[in-house]
Amino acid sequence: MQWILEPWPWYISGPLIALTMFMLLYVGKSFGMSSNLRTLCTLCGADKTSDFFKFDWKSQRWNLLVMTGAVIGGFVASNYLSDDQVPNLNPTTVAQLQATGFESAGSAYAPAELFAEEALSDPKTLAILLIGGMLVGFGARYAGGCTSGHSISGISNLQLPSLIATMGFFIGGLLMIHLIFPLIF
Amino acid sequence: MKSIIYLIIGTFFGIVMYKSEAASWFRIYEMFNFQSIHMYGLMGSALVVGIIGVQYIKRNKIKDVHANPIIITDKEKSFPRYLIGGIFFGLGWALAGACPGPMFVLAGAGYFPILVVILGAVLGTWVYGLLKDRLPH
Repeated sequence: MQWILEPWPWYISGPLIALTMFMLLYVGKSFGMSSNLRTLCTLCGADKTSDFFKFDWKSQRWNLLVMTGAVIGGFVASNYLSDDQVPNLNPTTVAQLQATGFESAGSAYAPAELFAEEALSDPKTLAILLIGGMLVGFGARYAGGCTSGHSISGISNLQLPSLIATMGFFIGGLLMIHLIFPLIF
Repeated sequence: MKSIIYLIIGTFFGIVMYKSEAASWFRIYEMFNFQSIHMYGLMGSALVVGIIGVQYIKRNKIKDVHANPIIITDKEKSFPRYLIGGIFFGLGWALAGACPGPMFVLAGAGYFPILVVILGAVLGTWVYGLLKDRLPH
């Protein structure tokens, strides 16, 4: 059982992501996490500001439960199924990150510079997290889905729109890392 | 009782996201620098299994647990919304290092600053809802 505590290799995890999609299809639902963000807007009263949020949120209750499960999964995996898991990054990546101020690269699961609680007292870090989140939320709804809905479900169904969206995800990601990161880090 | 099923599937998904390191900001950074096969292998192997499985479901008209045919709704045909929306999403994915599944996984793993990312994602979705009719689709 020791292998469970180790990082899971991609060729095991990838098929398990597909299995998540098949389990949802089998219970008559679909795999798409960003829809929950719209439901959360409606629950916060956004239906009073735009028709886009006027829908019966109870029809999405199942997906909110999947989302809640993801929180539980994160808790269980980090506390009971890991022995202080640290991604085994490419040494070049680690060196590159350390040179740009990410000293936790190579010794943490997520960068302490952004995700340690002290980071919350730094206005620049707060802005990075908030703006990053806003771009994800805005972009996911604009594109009609995220990595789960488009890159996994949509491409599995051989849908051209999902391939275009996934190409967009990569164009945006490459622009951020190669053009914008040098300006902010 | 049915609620439990969704919680279990979500928990399974959360564990896979954490253990596969798809929820690690570092892995996303490494991916966009083309310095590891990890994330490409992860998505690639998910797609190989996904494509074969979905084609099998369609050819054999497999039914779900309620005996209804499994249907994956096609997305409406268009170009700008997928490309432009996708680019916005990618910018955020690389900056925050988390997409809409993993951000909740990280909250469960105890990285509380991720709550700011989640708040941002809800706000961003709201902004889309407000601007929707004025954006090219």
